[in-house]
Amino acid sequence: MTSSTDDAGVQPGGSNSPPVAIELQGISKAFGLVQANKDVSIRVEAGTIHGIVGENGAGKSTLMSILYGFYEADAGTIQIDGKQVQIKNSNDAIAAGIGMVHQHFMLVDTFTVLENVMMGAESGALLRDSVVAARAELERLESEYGLHVDPDALASELPVGQLQRVEILKALYRGARILILDEPTGVLTPQEAEQLFRILGALKDQGVTIVLITHKLREIMDVTDNVEVMRHGQMVAHRKTSETDKGELAELMVGRKMRTDLQKQDANPGETALIVENLTVRDSYGIAKVDNVSFEVKTGEIVGIAGVSGNGQSELLEALSGITGLDEGRIVYGDREVTPSAPVNPEEVRKLSVAHVPEDRQKLGLVTDFPAWESSILGYHRDEALQKGLFLDPEIVKTQCVSLMEQFDVRPPTPDIKSANFSGGNQQKLILAREIDRNPKVLLVGQPTRGVDIGAIEFIHRQLVDLRDKGGAVLLISVELDEVMTLADRILVMFEGRIVAEVAGDKADEKTLGLMMANAFSETPSSDENVSGASA
Amino acid sequence: MSSSPVKPLPRWIDVGLVPVINIVIALLVSGLIIFAIGENPWEAVKIMAYGALGFDEGIGYTLYYMTNFIFTGLAVAIAFHTGLFNIGGEGQAYIGGLGVGLCLLALDTALPIWILLPLCILASGLFGAAWAAVPAYLQAYRGSHIVITTIMFNFIASALMVYLMVNVLIKPGQMSPQSVTFAEQSHLPFMSEVFAWFGMEIAQTPLNVTVFWAIFCCIALWAFIWRTKWGFETRAVGHNEPAAVYGGVDPKRTIMIAMFISGGLAGFVGLNEIMGVHHKLLLNFQFGYGFTGIAVALMGRNHPFGIVLASLLFGILYQGGAELAFEMPKITREMVVTIQGLVILFSGALAYMSVPWVSKVYNILAADKPVPSDSISAEGEA
Amino acid sequence: MEDAFVFITLTANATVRVATPLILCAMAGLFSERSGIIDISLEGKMLGGAFMAASVSYATDSAWLGLMAAIMFSMVLAMLHGFACITHNGNQVVSGVALNMLMSGLTVVMGIAWFSRGGQTPGVSPDGRFLPINLPFAEALSDVPIIGTFYSGFLSGHNALVYLAFLAVPATWWVVYRTRFGLRLRAVGENPHAVDTAGISVAWLRYRGLLICGGLTGVAGAYLSIAQNASFVREMSAGQGYIALAAMIFGKWRPVPAMLACLMFGLLDAIAIRLQGVVVPGIGEVPVQLIQALPYVLTVVLLAGFIGKSVAPKAIGVPYVKER
Repeated sequence: MTSSTDDAGVQPGGSNSPPVAIELQGISKAFGLVQANKDVSIRVEAGTIHGIVGENGAGKSTLMSILYGFYEADAGTIQIDGKQVQIKNSNDAIAAGIGMVHQHFMLVDTFTVLENVMMGAESGALLRDSVVAARAELERLESEYGLHVDPDALASELPVGQLQRVEILKALYRGARILILDEPTGVLTPQEAEQLFRILGALKDQGVTIVLITHKLREIMDVTDNVEVMRHGQMVAHRKTSETDKGELAELMVGRKMRTDLQKQDANPGETALIVENLTVRDSYGIAKVDNVSFEVKTGEIVGIAGVSGNGQSELLEALSGITGLDEGRIVYGDREVTPSAPVNPEEVRKLSVAHVPEDRQKLGLVTDFPAWESSILGYHRDEALQKGLFLDPEIVKTQCVSLMEQFDVRPPTPDIKSANFSGGNQQKLILAREIDRNPKVLLVGQPTRGVDIGAIEFIHRQLVDLRDKGGAVLLISVELDEVMTLADRILVMFEGRIVAEVAGDKADEKTLGLMMANAFSETPSSDENVSGASA
Repeated sequence: MSSSPVKPLPRWIDVGLVPVINIVIALLVSGLIIFAIGENPWEAVKIMAYGALGFDEGIGYTLYYMTNFIFTGLAVAIAFHTGLFNIGGEGQAYIGGLGVGLCLLALDTALPIWILLPLCILASGLFGAAWAAVPAYLQAYRGSHIVITTIMFNFIASALMVYLMVNVLIKPGQMSPQSVTFAEQSHLPFMSEVFAWFGMEIAQTPLNVTVFWAIFCCIALWAFIWRTKWGFETRAVGHNEPAAVYGGVDPKRTIMIAMFISGGLAGFVGLNEIMGVHHKLLLNFQFGYGFTGIAVALMGRNHPFGIVLASLLFGILYQGGAELAFEMPKITREMVVTIQGLVILFSGALAYMSVPWVSKVYNILAADKPVPSDSISAEGEA
Repeated sequence: MEDAFVFITLTANATVRVATPLILCAMAGLFSERSGIIDISLEGKMLGGAFMAASVSYATDSAWLGLMAAIMFSMVLAMLHGFACITHNGNQVVSGVALNMLMSGLTVVMGIAWFSRGGQTPGVSPDGRFLPINLPFAEALSDVPIIGTFYSGFLSGHNALVYLAFLAVPATWWVVYRTRFGLRLRAVGENPHAVDTAGISVAWLRYRGLLICGGLTGVAGAYLSIAQNASFVREMSAGQGYIALAAMIFGKWRPVPAMLACLMFGLLDAIAIRLQGVVVPGIGEVPVQLIQALPYVLTVVLLAGFIGKSVAPKAIGVPYVKER
């Protein structure tokens, strides 16, 4: 454990170019067929705060896991402080002076802060000496960076903000001069986030290099010196923070795609099919992931919920579909009122003619070990029409499955193939077929085209519009701005669990929506008068 | 940690070849042990095969053992399909036998056999199921680990049976803890008697008509798992619980149903033993069948058809092993237990040990041929 | 008064005799389970150790060589468990069942092959056994009331492995709570990701936990065959490995409470034997089986959360795979 001071950033003879702490070149990493990182190169100047933004799944976390030795890259080189290094495991990374604060804390709940900090960096085979040394070092770090945590508190009893400090202390205790933070504010309250940024500032002043991974643009603008934008596994832009703004970053993150040429008629909204009133859903830490949300969906309209992923959309969808309970407020489907004291389960939700295309088709939408014909009835397997006496009749189900596959162009249209062996687009079409086929009154749909090829995207969009035209009420949740703009008749923007704006579908433009998604709209007034801020 | 895309193994290798390789390794190691203790493995195999299948008495015993293994194997399998490990087949079989015994002690002379039989089937199933239901409830609703609770329930069953046999159900004036013998009219027909009805003569063995019930249970369980909405739900919970929840399945209820069936199946061992063979209640009639069921289920890949084959193999090992003990004094029943242990080790705990090199060999062999675009393997319902 | 004291001393001694292998196995299980590996194969490892101890002691007339052989053999078995569960991410329960069954069969098969006595080993000579040790002045003090009787009648006169078992408890406590290894062991059973990201090998840590586990079950086995008895008898572990597992769970995966649970289970057993056939006025004959089943019943009740709460190490039973 060396924590020699500022020599890390000093490079001989580099007076006019700033010293470089991290230089990654040509990093590529594939998981099976998924290319998580593709030829990624970045330079991080020493003693700066360097932001990496991008949507969930853009490859930020993978890249940093490679830097921390959790995965090995398939190709590419890593230089730390100008020296090429091989990072095969976390030990190598620690030796190179890299520390990481993971998105999910790597702490032992049953340990005290002190034990968590020293674990892996003990000073001898007996704990007694380590405890003394760690206590002294913690005091030093506290006074130097203002990082106060009670060293004898149990990790399981600390609030999240404090746990994060423990993670930072762990890294510093190991002598880290480079600190990577992966989505550090995801679990923090605004006040805790404020404190975190003050700490990061103090660390920077002491010469620590900080890499901040986030999808929150406000944080990037507030604390970073430089920013890097990642999309679909690639680095798409590098900016000096002072020379960019949230609007540009939002656009870069989401990416401009060609608008699909979808012909659709004006909506013809009828009666209200789904009412959500003051809905609040909390996570296990007690943080409101969905915060006092209210809206309605009428028959014959598509309501889109736009937002950068991780702003409560998933939790909203799970609560609406009955998978998780609600903490406050109410949901009304037709005649059925759902409240915290009168909860609902997914089976009942389906009986109320509410269908659900989940965000994660592999984890929720189907059982990948099941053949397609079985996955094609998941959730409807109790349907009387599918039974013959006591038995589920495979002939009926397979016949129905083949017809679904033909209608929805699922390839190959062979019901006996394992669900796992279909491509993403075909899995998605199968799920969509299953959910739409019964003409639901309400369709809840999350990320309908994530990881789906262009041809299938158009097809899926067409199906959603057709359902609307037949009188279905569709709630569409998507992080693809284009998708929401193409499909939705009304757009709600979600930010940190709240609905922060509502826009008519045909009046929305990408820039304004991007700003709303970053909750920066009010700061830069737009001339577009059709955009109105909704209740926060 | 290279992540270069490797071709997925075709289904016939995954479901057919790899399990066979595992069994072969287990049997090879068994052969090595036989060789190491100074006997000729090949001779041993020949003696076993003849002892188990070479004459009618041997076959009778083999099929009698098979009957018990089918019940306990199916019991373990249905739990596995739900993602649970029922290690309590032993206790459930014991209590199932108690159910049959109580039923017959009360009614053996009062009712004709054709009413007694369904009653006893019900009693053995319900008693076994009840013994499984408690650990199932504790797993589903109280979060206690079903492996530990079912182990504990094996011991509790054992203590309960000893208490009942020694203090309550013992035939008065007798030293050994056994109940009175049930009236003859309540005995299930032995297969030798069944054959005699048709004028055929075979040696008398413990094999009785329960074997038909075992075969029926295989078919019924197959239909339940792959042909009913409830079976659909158990497999959904076992493979992917979040997806099952999304699909409106209640995992708690599903665990209860699956364990109830599992315990019932194990309980049927009592039917075979108490009503079919011993015709009285006694101690330890279930001994070892419950644990062997784990080996049978693993080897049979939790499919009823595979379980019948695995049960037959273990029947051969049990009966052939007994014959072998006459011919080769160094080899006893414990050799069979050893082989069981090895089968569980290689087909269960080390099931995927051979996959990397099988996959390597396959990729080398398949590298020459272009991969057909529809190389997706067709999936049967199994 | 004196009679009561003798009765208590006798019962206490019986308790200690029964509890010794339980304590060794419970400490063994603690090292395995604290590292995140379920070990239901304590029974099998102890049985294997018992067989090896008796065989080697018989052949060499050395109790200590017998003990070493038992330790080595049980460690090999533990490594097999590790190979399946750590290296190949196999199912830990399945692997445990396999080991138990393998040992249940193989000890008898080897016994017959080596000694031709139906699976038993021949009697081990006194040199090959751990015999009762009289502590200093035990004889002289035996006449001193209470303290002397306690010293000579209870503290003195056990074999070396009994003392070893009771030393194993503070030793386990010290290793688990006062050493670097113990800190990491506790961590890896709770959150292996934390250990991995701290730059420590999860697999090697777990293998070491299992090695210690194997060694202790070997000692327990040796106790059965060359201390408590003078030969190996088939199935001589008789479910004690499972009781030890229950005791460890009852002790909430902590050394001292686990030892107390072992003593309680040992006491129940000692009482049960003593009460055999005793008729209590008003109740009738005491159901001995009920007392014998109590450890299992109590464990189930505890696991169900009806009395206190026993929470297993969080990562137990789950093979460690870097997630993606």
